[in-house]
Amino acid sequence: MRRFASFALTLFTLLAHGLNAQAPVTYDRLSSAAKEPQNYLIYGGDYFSNRFSPLTQITPANAKNLSLSWVYQSAVSGSWESTPLVVDGIMYVTQRPNDVVALDAVTGRVFWIYHYTNDPKVTVCCGANNRGVAILGDTLYMGTLDAHLVAIDTKSGQPLWKADVADSAAGYSITMAPLAVKDEVIVGVGGGEYGIRGFIAAFDAHTGKQRWKFYTIPAPGEPGSETWGNCKAATAYCDPEAWKHGSGSAWVTGSFDPNLNMIYWGIGNVGPDYNGAQRPGDNLYTCSVIALDADTGKLKWHYQFTPHDEYDYDSVQVPVLADITWKGAPLKAMLWANRNGNFYVLDRATGKFLLGKPFVKVNWMSGFDDSGKPIQTPQPPGMPTYPAVQGGTNWYSPSYSPRTRLMYVSAWEDEGEIFGGVPVEYKEGMNFGGGNLSLFVPQADAPSKAIPNAPTIPNLRRGPINNWTDAGGHGAVLAIDPLTGTVKWRFRMTDVTDSGIVSTASDLIFTGGREGYLQSIDARTGALIWKQNLGAQMINNPITYSVNGKQYVSAMAGLSLFTFALPN
Amino acid sequence: MTLRTSFHRLTLCVAAVLLLAAGFLPAQTGTLQGHPEDYSRADIVHGARLYAENCDRCHGPNGTGVSGVDFKSGKFRHAATDRQLTAVITSGFPESGMPPFHLDAADLTGLVAYIRNMNTLDRGSLNPGDAARGQAVFEGKGACLNCHRVNGKGSRKAPDLSDIGAVRSAGSIERSLVEPSVQMMPINRPVHILTRNGKAIDGRRVNEDTYTVQIADQEGRLWSLQKSELREFTVSTKSNMPSYKGELTPAEMSDLVTYLLTLKGQ
Repeated sequence: MRRFASFALTLFTLLAHGLNAQAPVTYDRLSSAAKEPQNYLIYGGDYFSNRFSPLTQITPANAKNLSLSWVYQSAVSGSWESTPLVVDGIMYVTQRPNDVVALDAVTGRVFWIYHYTNDPKVTVCCGANNRGVAILGDTLYMGTLDAHLVAIDTKSGQPLWKADVADSAAGYSITMAPLAVKDEVIVGVGGGEYGIRGFIAAFDAHTGKQRWKFYTIPAPGEPGSETWGNCKAATAYCDPEAWKHGSGSAWVTGSFDPNLNMIYWGIGNVGPDYNGAQRPGDNLYTCSVIALDADTGKLKWHYQFTPHDEYDYDSVQVPVLADITWKGAPLKAMLWANRNGNFYVLDRATGKFLLGKPFVKVNWMSGFDDSGKPIQTPQPPGMPTYPAVQGGTNWYSPSYSPRTRLMYVSAWEDEGEIFGGVPVEYKEGMNFGGGNLSLFVPQADAPSKAIPNAPTIPNLRRGPINNWTDAGGHGAVLAIDPLTGTVKWRFRMTDVTDSGIVSTASDLIFTGGREGYLQSIDARTGALIWKQNLGAQMINNPITYSVNGKQYVSAMAGLSLFTFALPN
Repeated sequence: MTLRTSFHRLTLCVAAVLLLAAGFLPAQTGTLQGHPEDYSRADIVHGARLYAENCDRCHGPNGTGVSGVDFKSGKFRHAATDRQLTAVITSGFPESGMPPFHLDAADLTGLVAYIRNMNTLDRGSLNPGDAARGQAVFEGKGACLNCHRVNGKGSRKAPDLSDIGAVRSAGSIERSLVEPSVQMMPINRPVHILTRNGKAIDGRRVNEDTYTVQIADQEGRLWSLQKSELREFTVSTKSNMPSYKGELTPAEMSDLVTYLLTLKGQ
């Protein structure tokens, strides 16, 4: 009898945890992700990349009671940048370098692990990162460090097909989560520090066959090629075909508007990153957002945030799409807090520039001309430029709440950098940065002068003890009003943050930071509601989901994935 | 593609990628290198000593000992910037016979400063200090042990200097003696705390986050405090250390810097 009871309980548990509800994730489901608040189906939460959850069980009143539900400990070291998907009680999360793990979203127990073996010659600038998978039907899609796209069966974890996307020996890689649209899977390539010619490509979701490809650096004769000038003959390593190594990577997922049938993608830095003399001109479509026809990949419009970038201001932020009222009229808007320190509002139907305003200290530009082009103000040699190379924000996702009508952004404030270009020769697979950079800690009484050898914000990692302070910059969560670009409230942190943000319909946001705190903040006021020290930095986007009516919040810190919920 | 490939293999793969990545990470602790005003005389003097110890044998005292290399020309094929020159020193050209040199940040700063200035300076005109005399100044006239500590000896009021010669350049040390506040590392800025129950604590931060701060007080006791429970928490940008400008002769100053540069920690 006891054995039967145990079996019955197990069966009930399995059923209760969603194994009876694993319907294929159709395009229709993806298009109306908001109708499934229990699930997290797309890298950006939905096609508009709002990372806004309609869930309301966890509220500002009860969030203080959040407690640990489960922990999944990975065995892989290094920054964990993945955003999990949750589908009908099953979580799919990637871990370094290219594992996919299927977990029970209620217990954290593993169903299966898929491991992909990369080509050992893989070349990446910034670690063996992967930011997640896409799902369509019963298939998961993952880009790999060695620049392949693999399809994996959701139930067994077995590979279905593998498509060549680019040549990893030439510095190409894929670290972003793909975007599944209709019956195609769209990815872009990393490699902006290796002189690649960037592109975004769509693949048939069933066969892996390439449908279309859009190069982010135009070839001679193509629109935009006029922005690649000829360098002076005396310029060191002057290359008349600089465009071939112009970079324009795309290493974070884009967004999609089903009604306009456009996909939107942020494009990374130009190559070489810092030595502009080798590539005169505005260098389209680097540091831009591009709008492409979702079916053909044809360019519909573009806007360049940082023409002729010499600061590594990748525009790889997730495009946030929102339908708002702009000066009394409805507007299909695109909201963008850029690495270059400015917050933008664009008309996503046309690409028209509507607003640009700094959200952190900015001195590389002083304003915008009538067309929305920044008026650049390069700083004298040896003087700091704001923001620094890591930017006012970076790849981690912001959130937009249609309830509060605020955009929530993880920002790095008051961090400056002394930039300098150095001639660099293009060699396949070799770093093509061309820079001599120094972060900057200002002297207390002379802000334009640095304290020599003062510890600055470490690039990616953080030990348990700081030997630096916020004198060289600090983190914050900013709530930006899109109608004006003003910061409505600021949640200041001592350390910086590489954590994304998720907001909920109960007017909470969840975010982390390098200090290792998972924090819940009142979305309307910026007041701290709850925090939990997870013991290591968080370099990923928290998510929220529910199973059987219970809401959970998940985030990774260090090598572990933590999930919290309210007590029963 | 396999399921559950061994962890060992995975670790090797990750380690390889991390190594690849490490090559790109921008150095985060550089000074304003590449600008003439950044080379202090103290660094150049220290570098001259290091040059004599490490470089003379091949490059010669004039920097022309290796065919095709002339340090006094001020032009370096592989080192347009100080960072690149540092990389040349630490990596060497093993295939050409130049070994890598394992020097700490302070020594590298000095060596680069000297090499960059060989075209305008005569090494004979540089007067290096004497470490033994400098130690006598440190422990005697300078009364440095009243606040600092070296190898277990002295006070805990101010930072322990047992490894100062590894982490601060000669120029930075010299300037600290003259203008202590300017060169003070932000983590060493004096902190004054008054707790909610009236306890006053003066010291330095050893760690800080948004919600808590860890303090070493002037007796070296460690405190961990919740910021929300503090009545006062002030960080001063003015150092408590007196300036030694005019207090020490130039020779004593040079000796003292030379002594401090010998303190390389464990």
